[in-house]
Amino acid sequence: MNKLPDKSYLNDPKGLKSWLLTRDHKRIGLMYLYAIMTAFLLGGIFAMIIRLELLSPGKDLIDADTYNQFFTLHGAIMIFLFIIPSIPAAFGNFVLPLMIGAKDVAFPRLNLASWYIYILGSLFALYSIITGAVDTGWTFYTPYSTETTTSVISMTLGVFILGFSSIFTGLNFIVTIHKLRAPGMTWFKMPLFVWALYATAIIQVLATPVLGITLILLIIERVVGIGIFDPAMGGDPVLYQHFFWFYSHPAVYIMILPGMGIISELISVFSHKKIFGYKAIAFSSLGIAFVSFLVWGHHMFVSGQSELAAMIFSFLTFFVGIPSGIKVFNWVTTMYRGSISLEAPMLYALSFLFLFTIGGLTGIFLGALSVDVHLHDTYFIVAHFHYVMMGGTVMAFLGGLHYWWPKFWGRMYSEFWARISVALIFVGFNVTFFSQFILGSQGMPRRYYNYLDQYQPLHGFSTFGSWILGLGFVVMAVYLIHAIFRGKVAGANPWGALTFEWTTPSPPPHENFDKIPTMEHGPYDYDKIVPRSTLAESD
Amino acid sequence: MDTTGTIFLPSGHSTIAGEVDALFNFILYASIVLFLLVIFLSAYFVIRYRRQKEAGLTYGKDHNIKLEIAWTLIPTILIIIVFVWGFRTYLKMHIVPKDAIEIKVTGQKWFWSFEYPEGVTSVNEIVVPEDKPVKLLMSSKDVIHSFFVPNFRIKMDVLPNRYSVTWFEATNAGEYNLFCTEFCGTGHSEMIGKVRVVSEREYAEWLQAGTAVGEGMTLEEFGAKLYTSKACITCHSIDGSVGTGPSFKGKYGETELMASGDRVKIDENYIRESILNPQAKVVAGYAPVMPTYQGVLKSREVDALIEFIKSLQEEADTENE
Ligand code: HEM
Ligand SMILES: [Cu+2]
Repeated sequence: MNKLPDKSYLNDPKGLKSWLLTRDHKRIGLMYLYAIMTAFLLGGIFAMIIRLELLSPGKDLIDADTYNQFFTLHGAIMIFLFIIPSIPAAFGNFVLPLMIGAKDVAFPRLNLASWYIYILGSLFALYSIITGAVDTGWTFYTPYSTETTTSVISMTLGVFILGFSSIFTGLNFIVTIHKLRAPGMTWFKMPLFVWALYATAIIQVLATPVLGITLILLIIERVVGIGIFDPAMGGDPVLYQHFFWFYSHPAVYIMILPGMGIISELISVFSHKKIFGYKAIAFSSLGIAFVSFLVWGHHMFVSGQSELAAMIFSFLTFFVGIPSGIKVFNWVTTMYRGSISLEAPMLYALSFLFLFTIGGLTGIFLGALSVDVHLHDTYFIVAHFHYVMMGGTVMAFLGGLHYWWPKFWGRMYSEFWARISVALIFVGFNVTFFSQFILGSQGMPRRYYNYLDQYQPLHGFSTFGSWILGLGFVVMAVYLIHAIFRGKVAGANPWGALTFEWTTPSPPPHENFDKIPTMEHGPYDYDKIVPRSTLAESD
Repeated sequence: MDTTGTIFLPSGHSTIAGEVDALFNFILYASIVLFLLVIFLSAYFVIRYRRQKEAGLTYGKDHNIKLEIAWTLIPTILIIIVFVWGFRTYLKMHIVPKDAIEIKVTGQKWFWSFEYPEGVTSVNEIVVPEDKPVKLLMSSKDVIHSFFVPNFRIKMDVLPNRYSVTWFEATNAGEYNLFCTEFCGTGHSEMIGKVRVVSEREYAEWLQAGTAVGEGMTLEEFGAKLYTSKACITCHSIDGSVGTGPSFKGKYGETELMASGDRVKIDENYIRESILNPQAKVVAGYAPVMPTYQGVLKSREVDALIEFIKSLQEEADTENE
């Protein structure tokens, strides 16, 4: 009985053209997955090079200007090409309609357009690499970015274009979630991943235009010479920082909320238990989305803003922290009296819990005004945002990747190798980045090509960690690709999950479901139903 | 208040360091407790409720009001404490004592210069007396920089076209690192200076010596000193190796190709112009990144540097023989 369905979205219809012109959300999701994995690889290569350069003080490998370009490219690629689109565009596209029992998203053409816009924006960004790269850091602070001779324009134009892709995806999801839910799926019967995508989409639509405008102003200043941010032309450099963070702080939640959504799914499925505090999790996503618009000033505690402004921003910053804390407690409590199995996706969820908790707690140091003065722009920040973005979002992303991999391909990866790889990544990550908390609080500034000898041991340790981390990813690439062709057939519902995407064959047919599913039970009712796991059968 | 270093923090040597460290440590300990709570509970649940073979129906309760109120309220209280504590120290960092010595700080690519009320100037080294508040009035000549002294727990951005202010009171004689922490280009990580904290007597002596520019030295010796102390060394070598700028070795008297295509003889006037108005003639193959020393160097100091560069020519000649 274990064979793949003859016809699925993967082979029906056939041909390259049918892919390039597809309006099927699953194909678009898969195409996004290819694109962002390419970006992740590229960003990762830059990361390994900068880490290698930092092995010892002075020049090891590349000169200062190249280093500055590489950390900028690493950051810009990871943020704009990888992490912002990652979960919403790849998994959101693939599973959102399946999860709510729809045939597709609300605007399939717009969806395809957003993929092409993403590719176009990425090409602009990559073009800047060929034409001399950028050396401003991914934040493009003025007046440095108006003065430097590097190709800031093509990079910012790329980011500007990428913004549209993000806005379109957001719009599409909002309408899809409002209009296309299966009969019986009320708002409070939606899976939490859908709630997370919804909250994310609101931020994408409201905040991204501000970034777009800011970058256009920057380009106008460089090209036409109108003084907006550059004091030499009568502009105000701090204004740029306000504009930039007005987008980029909420954007941090564009990055983390979808990850939190995945974690809610994983913890419930692999604990085989009803999620604890469903409404608290759903509302805290919305709460985070709104408050996140009001905290941008916490990036500027030493930029010379008024004490009053600093006070307000510090206060509000703590208040976005609380909902995240509540989520962590809810996840832990979900495991209480569950039936927990430790397959790879759950190992990623547990890694997330561990690392994101550290990321969140270290955020408290940075929200406290007096302590932030010491830690701002040091390696403490680098460690903090890697714990949140890589330890948080990327772990959730990898959890999701392993969880839905059988749905994408109908085949299972090797659980054995998956465990080896998650162990390498977890250990490598902590070695690489925990050492940076110490470096930073000892005073090591970030974006430094060279450093004082006293910091060498920790830098060396961190670089060593990056090799373990890199190895983990190489192992993963091998077994995942192997699984596409040779993996065991997974069946419709390998994990015994209750959400709709597991009721249809893997890989799903072109039209998703034979007949539109109806809501017979909630997405997490493991106290009422025991779903059949197709994986157990095949063992 | 002085603090001794920990794994995390370097030793603290300013009046506010103690308060910052106390809050840092409070958050650290509270975080460790919360972290261990989350991790031990998770680990316990994972072991205790590990799935045996097939999963059956599980426990169905999905909320508990008392628990949820507790885990919202306790963190909220903790966070309010941290917020108020952090804000109070931050205010102190911003209220400059009236009797502070005022030093003017200029950041530019890629060095710091300081100007004392007595007229003394220094580059990359700021000398201050112990136990006296010092106010820094800071601005930048080009992009944004940031003034960071880890041992004092102070940091403040330095902006072009406006002044920013910070202050500190050092509590212990010694030498402390000063970093630039706002990315400012090629030499960002070389933009490192020193804060030298000395006794009040030594401070007075230092000021005295500073008002007399290079007395008791030949011009050449004085120039050699300025070459390091005014940070020429960051970009120009004297051994012939290429840095951000051309080496000084054997340059005097040569004719060089400029970016404009002109050929220019390296003489006293060219060197003077390059120091005060560096962008006027840029040697081919180098970026026009050198900052101006207009206002940083006195005319005797410029003379001394020219003499020093000339002397490198003679050395090069003797080597070649
Ligand atoms: C293989 C794993 C990674 C390693 C070894 C690594 C390493 C580094 C290093 C050494 C820096 C430079 C710090 C500095 O000098 O300021 C950096 C910066 C950064 N990284 Fe990563 N990183 C990794 C993965 C990621 C991921 C997955 C993301 C986000 C999704 C990310 C986002 C960033 C950002 C935003 C910056 C700041 C860039 C800037 O300062 O402009 N990194 N990383
Ligand atoms: Cu700087």
